[in-house]
Amino acid sequence: MTLVYPRDSFSVHPPLDYAGYRSTEKRAPKRPLVIVPHTLTELTGPVYGHGVVRPGDDDLTRQHAGEPLGERIIVHGRVLDEDARPVPDTLVEIWQANASGRYIHVVDQHPAPLDPNFTGAGRTATNADGYYKFITVKPGAYPWRNHPNAWRPAHIHFSLFGHSFVSRLVTQMYFPADPLFPFDPIYNSVADENARNRMVSSFDLDNTVPEWALCYRFDIVLRGRQQTPMEQS
Amino acid sequence: MSGITPSQTVGPYFAFGLTPTDYDWNLAIGNDLVTADASGERIRIVGRVLDGDGAPVVDSMLEIWQADAGGRYAHPADERAPPNAAFKGFGRVGTDREGRFSFETIKPGAVPGPGGKPQAPHIAVVVFSRGMLTHVFTRIYFADEPANAADPILAAVPADRRPTLIARREDHGGQPTYLFDVRLQGDGETVFFAI
Repeated sequence: MTLVYPRDSFSVHPPLDYAGYRSTEKRAPKRPLVIVPHTLTELTGPVYGHGVVRPGDDDLTRQHAGEPLGERIIVHGRVLDEDARPVPDTLVEIWQANASGRYIHVVDQHPAPLDPNFTGAGRTATNADGYYKFITVKPGAYPWRNHPNAWRPAHIHFSLFGHSFVSRLVTQMYFPADPLFPFDPIYNSVADENARNRMVSSFDLDNTVPEWALCYRFDIVLRGRQQTPMEQS
Repeated sequence: MSGITPSQTVGPYFAFGLTPTDYDWNLAIGNDLVTADASGERIRIVGRVLDGDGAPVVDSMLEIWQADAGGRYAHPADERAPPNAAFKGFGRVGTDREGRFSFETIKPGAVPGPGGKPQAPHIAVVVFSRGMLTHVFTRIYFADEPANAADPILAAVPADRRPTLIARREDHGGQPTYLFDVRLQGDGETVFFAI
């Protein structure tokens, strides 16, 4: 199977230079990107699947002696390519703040409590249908210093590989109807509304487990689609 | 659904999830690519990530992707002879408090390029950082490679900017070391590719 990676697909990503997100000011490259053909280097990529996942890596509520505080949730979905075909056996890595909106990272100084029973890192691989599932707690919103009274909407960071080096993606999964959306420059850096909505999970009542955990659905679409006969000629 | 999922910044707090050497979480992918069965010249790549003021970027993450010494990628789309069995050709590292990073790897061989012409040995790089809403792609070439002169990708880069892609070789106690800084902005801004 030969996949192609249309450059147009990349245009949904946010711009590097985005004034609303202050830290871009000194870090956004200013020179034009150099357009190069896709060679074997770009059409191949790291293959990581179940081999690097340990049992329990997908359950962030069971990594310590006790259970973390907060609202237990299930986050699941499928990893798909641009033809809506599943991306099987591909690594999905996540990291997040705890229920209080505090990251375990040493640099995070938000005066909210750390939870000794929560690291906030998880890892799994998709199955043959591109399906993945995590159990975690809902992360809290947290303040940052981008602008006065700046708060990030609750989110879970996702990292994915897909079929090749150019399908690499790091993104953030948001929760539906977050009141902080209109005020968050990172979320709003994606110009297209439909594209922004693809970063927002949906509440999944059907897969909510009664008396135990709410469920959110998050499908992820990575670059890559099948070559058409015209492109092959 | 149509269209891919947009990128969002890796943020400042990725280390405990993606490069967790200092955290209570297992490391799946690190900066030492060398495996017992990997043939070829062992090399070290060192450098810094710098911002538009030349200040070190202390919360950046670099990933590299490369062929083995025979120029073969450990991926099903490379249909030639299988590569060194355990050598995966992929590494990941976060920058330290001085913006520094390093990789231990082997020098890749030449790989096929457009129109059947070979590409000079190179390593693909993707850079993530707080303050970058989308990752950027670049490449490391090797200063002591005569094949650079005929490389089709380098040829697409304006001549005055090509040096930003070429790692300088130094020998530190017999260990071949290539120096490659990533300048995100400003004087000597690294060439980044639209792929």
